[in-house]
Amino acid sequence: MTYCGYCGKDLAATDHSACASRLGVIDPPRFCGECARRMVVQVTPAGWTAACSRHGEIASAR
Amino acid sequence: MTAAPEQVDVLSVAREQVLEQGVGLSEEQVLEVLQLPDERIPDLLEIAHAVRMRWCGPEVEVEGIVSLKTGGCPEDCHFCSQSGQFPSPVRSAWLDIPGLVKAARQTADTGATEFCIVAAVRGPDKRLLSQVRDGIKAIREDGNDIQIACSLGMLTQEQVDELVAMGVHRYNHNLETARSHFPNVVTTHSWEERWDTLKMIREAGMEVCCGGIIGMGETLAQRAEFAVQLAALEPDEVPLNFLIPNPGTPYENYPVVEGPDALRAVGAFRLALPRTILRFAGGRELTFGDLGAKQGMLGGVNAIIVGNYLTNLGRPAQQDLDMLGELSMPIKELSKTL
Repeated sequence: MTYCGYCGKDLAATDHSACASRLGVIDPPRFCGECARRMVVQVTPAGWTAACSRHGEIASAR
Repeated sequence: MTAAPEQVDVLSVAREQVLEQGVGLSEEQVLEVLQLPDERIPDLLEIAHAVRMRWCGPEVEVEGIVSLKTGGCPEDCHFCSQSGQFPSPVRSAWLDIPGLVKAARQTADTGATEFCIVAAVRGPDKRLLSQVRDGIKAIREDGNDIQIACSLGMLTQEQVDELVAMGVHRYNHNLETARSHFPNVVTTHSWEERWDTLKMIREAGMEVCCGGIIGMGETLAQRAEFAVQLAALEPDEVPLNFLIPNPGTPYENYPVVEGPDALRAVGAFRLALPRTILRFAGGRELTFGDLGAKQGMLGGVNAIIVGNYLTNLGRPAQQDLDMLGELSMPIKELSKTL
């Protein structure tokens, strides 16, 4: 992972503790961790999917 | 020299007026409740819970919601990450029919009696209504008899009639905030346009679901104004949301509503709306955490959205179902809603 799924910025460049307090808690990832592209996200009652046009789809565990 | 009039405690008034007679508090009275000091919050929640038990009963209505059409909305509701007018990271997406059927099944499996299909639009076009019609048909063909609600923005009379014909039993259209504050929150349509849709829904025989969001910069007086404006509508259900400051929206840096303020709002809205289904909706996870959610359930709330919301995540449904079990609150059964 290179980029923050919440804000899309470089994980190593800045502090992402505020992002971590929301990501996976009340927000699904919006940015691809590999390329920082905005993903197409579908939230459903029991989970979510997030699709990057370059790196494919990821989904929630539940 | 005349003696100063004795100050009457608003909760004593509520006990007689709301609990005994079932008459909601006035705007001035709601404002007094919203201004109660923190040490009176337990008293407020106790009476709000008693009102809920007396006029609504012990059952809790459980609902799941799903976004059929996400993002790209032409409206500028300042709280919403789905507006196409703001630099939100939310991208447009359509849920296909199998996905909708699966979401309805996931919701029914929690024991929920309500499933609300939501779209981020000003109002539905033919394509969206067609998708809703096909989706409802597919949900029924899946053997799922959960009650279906919709939230598709502002409607024409023809569209209202179409939704009734599809079997949609409840329609959500939030007024969002007090009439006096609405122009600060939305500029692309008016509070009155929303009100007109709500009137058509009621007259067509659908149940009216209408609530809003606490924490969008409104004053306490406007919060009280909103509560009585909702009461005047006589909605079947009021979903109470607390602002989630979403990135890219004009409200991204607004503070999260503090727990005590949120509990005062819960109690005050129950005392303004003694007979209405009062639903915990979005933002409660940020505002309350686990403990506060229980306090809210014991403070007048009698319905919850379980699982995720439209673009934000909620708690896993089982956590909320376990909470209701701990509180000995029975979940409303589908057979009792038909």
